Amino acid sequence: MKKLFAVVCGIVALCAALALGSWALNHRQGGGSAKLLTIYNWGDYIDPALISKFERQTGYRVDYETFDSNESMLTKIRQGGTNYDLVVPSEYTVQRMKKEHLLAPLDHRRLTNFHYIAPEFRNQPFDRGNRYSVPYFWGTLGIIYNDQKVRAQDVQHWSQLWNPRLRNNLMLIDSARDVFAMALISQGQSVNTTSYAKLKQAQDHLKTLTPNVKAIVADEMKMYMEQDEAAVGVTYSGDAREMMSVNHHLHYVVPSEGSNIWFDNMVIPRAAKNKAAAYAFINFMLEPANAAQNAEYVGYATPNAAARRRLPKRITADQAFYPPAKTMRHLQVYRDLPLKTLGVYNDLFLEFKMFAK
Amino acid sequence: MRQKILFIVPYALWIVLFVIAPLVLIFYQSFFDISGHFTLGNYADYLTSRVYLKMTLNSVWYAFLITLVTLLISYPTAYVLDRLPNKQFWLLLVILPTWINLLLKTYAFIGLFSRTGSINQFLRFVGLGSHQLLFTDASFMFVAAYIEIPFMVLPIFNSLAEISPSLINASKDLGASQWQTFRKVVLPLSMPGVKAGIQAVFIPSLSLFMITRLIGGNRVITLGTAIEEHFLTTQNWGMGSTIGMILIIAMFIVMFVTGETKQKGGSR
Amino acid sequence: MSKRHVTWSGLYLALVFVILYAPIIYLVVFSFSAGTTMERYHGFSLRHYADLFGDTRMITIVFNTIIIALLASLIATIIGTMGALAIKNTRGKWRNGLLSLNNVLMVSPDVIIGASFLIFFTMLGIRLGFVSVLLSHIAFCIPIVVLMVLPKINELSPTLVDAAYDLGATRWQALSQVVLPAITPGIGAGYFMALTYSLDDFAVTFFVTGNGFSTLSVEIYSRARQGINLEINALSAIMFLVSLLLVLGYYFISKHGGRRNRIVTVKEGDAQ
Repeated sequence: MKKLFAVVCGIVALCAALALGSWALNHRQGGGSAKLLTIYNWGDYIDPALISKFERQTGYRVDYETFDSNESMLTKIRQGGTNYDLVVPSEYTVQRMKKEHLLAPLDHRRLTNFHYIAPEFRNQPFDRGNRYSVPYFWGTLGIIYNDQKVRAQDVQHWSQLWNPRLRNNLMLIDSARDVFAMALISQGQSVNTTSYAKLKQAQDHLKTLTPNVKAIVADEMKMYMEQDEAAVGVTYSGDAREMMSVNHHLHYVVPSEGSNIWFDNMVIPRAAKNKAAAYAFINFMLEPANAAQNAEYVGYATPNAAARRRLPKRITADQAFYPPAKTMRHLQVYRDLPLKTLGVYNDLFLEFKMFAK
Repeated sequence: MRQKILFIVPYALWIVLFVIAPLVLIFYQSFFDISGHFTLGNYADYLTSRVYLKMTLNSVWYAFLITLVTLLISYPTAYVLDRLPNKQFWLLLVILPTWINLLLKTYAFIGLFSRTGSINQFLRFVGLGSHQLLFTDASFMFVAAYIEIPFMVLPIFNSLAEISPSLINASKDLGASQWQTFRKVVLPLSMPGVKAGIQAVFIPSLSLFMITRLIGGNRVITLGTAIEEHFLTTQNWGMGSTIGMILIIAMFIVMFVTGETKQKGGSR
Repeated sequence: MSKRHVTWSGLYLALVFVILYAPIIYLVVFSFSAGTTMERYHGFSLRHYADLFGDTRMITIVFNTIIIALLASLIATIIGTMGALAIKNTRGKWRNGLLSLNNVLMVSPDVIIGASFLIFFTMLGIRLGFVSVLLSHIAFCIPIVVLMVLPKINELSPTLVDAAYDLGATRWQALSQVVLPAITPGIGAGYFMALTYSLDDFAVTFFVTGNGFSTLSVEIYSRARQGINLEINALSAIMFLVSLLLVLGYYFISKHGGRRNRIVTVKEGDAQ
């Protein structure tokens, strides 16, 4: 009994010591919530040096919290409990949040650096007039392939993925919208279709793809492709960039017949406590020097025209990541679909996955 | 008597607040469709859908296999551990790996199992050639068992350590072979530990989801995957809750089945 | 004959340990890679360790994680042990019912638990952050503690407890002098398993955390989209080393204090 009691005391003492340590680490000047900015973003999606720079420049203290998917982030925002001042959702989530009145409209007079955003990335269909959102990064859905295993001309288009020569050599991303986008575009349909017949058709088409499908994975596809586990993968441009920097046999293609273009955007939730700080942060991140530094750190494509000019040529000249205007015209943005339709997408996808086995 | 009541208060409070309340919430939600209307449709959908029924069978089957593999690895491990000097130390070494983040360990497994990974390099070196290891049932089961081993070893070890050496000596003195001693004395006495281990492994295995994707490449789909998707992607909490209820009911059945045999064995 | 038996079992155990530690060794090796990802080794470097020690945010998160794990497991162990003692006194249907309720949180997928706890906490108006995370971790650690302690209690001979009462022990004395020492291994096992649950949990913590509070798992999972930095490997290597040292320390203490321990066991044995 004495021994048990001693152990309990030991544990409590250790906790107290750790708490003291963590308090000492965070003992920065100027507490108070007026000076606090709470950011909710994807993990490792900003150069940490920029946060320190922002804190130094403005005197705000930044709390940086992270999420791993739009949907789980949305669940938290909806439920309240924490008041985030600045969030970085993808475009279809912006639309959803707008619909659910979770966002505060932006006052463009306070967005002094908005003019740095390139005109082609303003005024997107998911948020006309950028009333609620400012683009942060953008990218595409495309095909990544290993030049040791397939020839470049064999993987330029979605329909080529059905080639029997790719048997058991294709990896798909585990997302209903993206896999259906691939099937729908290859059949000449819109990625935002709500017609059950068309979706069913796409699913039938997908089922004929199953012999080629090796696995349906998510973020870990990076690791798989880098390790030569498959010849071809369907993935996002940001992930592709990461893979290519590790394995030089990998290349990324955005099919010219069309694909999805996505945006991650900075928004201010309606429940934000410190809107002034949020505006200061958005303007800070739009500053060309900062945006360029962030783009180099994260490796995604920046919508900031001035920042793009500051980036090294080898990055901006790469057509896979900054596609030519001809391809850009064919890229489609995901619209936020009614929950019922979204349910259909997911049910059909789940059935496809079960079928793939 | 008063002390006895005081005793149960925190635990009872926990059951009411963190078990019954969420349970009621899940049950309540399972009767609503995606647009918030009361319905029995979720249950009807579940019971009539071939996809879900197949998934349910899949989950049970894989959970069973994982539990079996884990048991087959863990029982001898616990048995050998129990015979070592400083066995508590060795036991801690079995638990230690679980304190490293699961996602990281899974990424490490991807690195070990991949075509260019360490295991295939070794196989090529020995002259066995490289093999497809990832996305196979074997690798999925292996990693799942890997995660669960400590949860099985621990209770078995505890019940083995409890067996008095004099019982084993007595059995030997009576002329029983090592195998007979094991079968007639050690195995029955370690059964409570085995049961606790099975409960700690089988039940969570029903709702595995992350490694089904990372290691199994979504070739194995369990109810956990479906719930995950309904709660997050589709935002159809009703259907997700329905499947959750099914899982909980399955667990109740498992508990009552193993509970009854326990009483038979334990009745004095 | 018996010597050969020992080597076989030794070999088996060695194999199990190799498997258990293989992925961790892999992680540790890559923490010294000069590259940035876990795919190709680029030669020795300590840069990820340097990164880690410069990253106060990460160190704070680690401290938070350990505090939550230690405290939640401790409280869960206390409540769980009390619960197991209470379950011991029930019979038949009640017992099965209680045990089933006990296991509900183990079978429910983390998303469901996380989402319902989130709804629950916001309904009660509990501020999301340290307290809500601590409460949730205590909540989902309790069942495993009960599962680990209960078999020990079941093995406890009732005559032993009766004997204690016959000798004039109060209920408290019987508990602290007889019952608790006998079930200590189960309590220890429960505590360590609770630690495992707490350190590894992502989904529940994600939903109930807030106001700048974060744990290691949440941070690691949300970095997956960007590719997990080798800084995390360096961190895991250090955490692993520290826990290994603690375990080794425990080993040496128990070895040197061995004689005293033995006397204690003899005494316990006498009591039985």
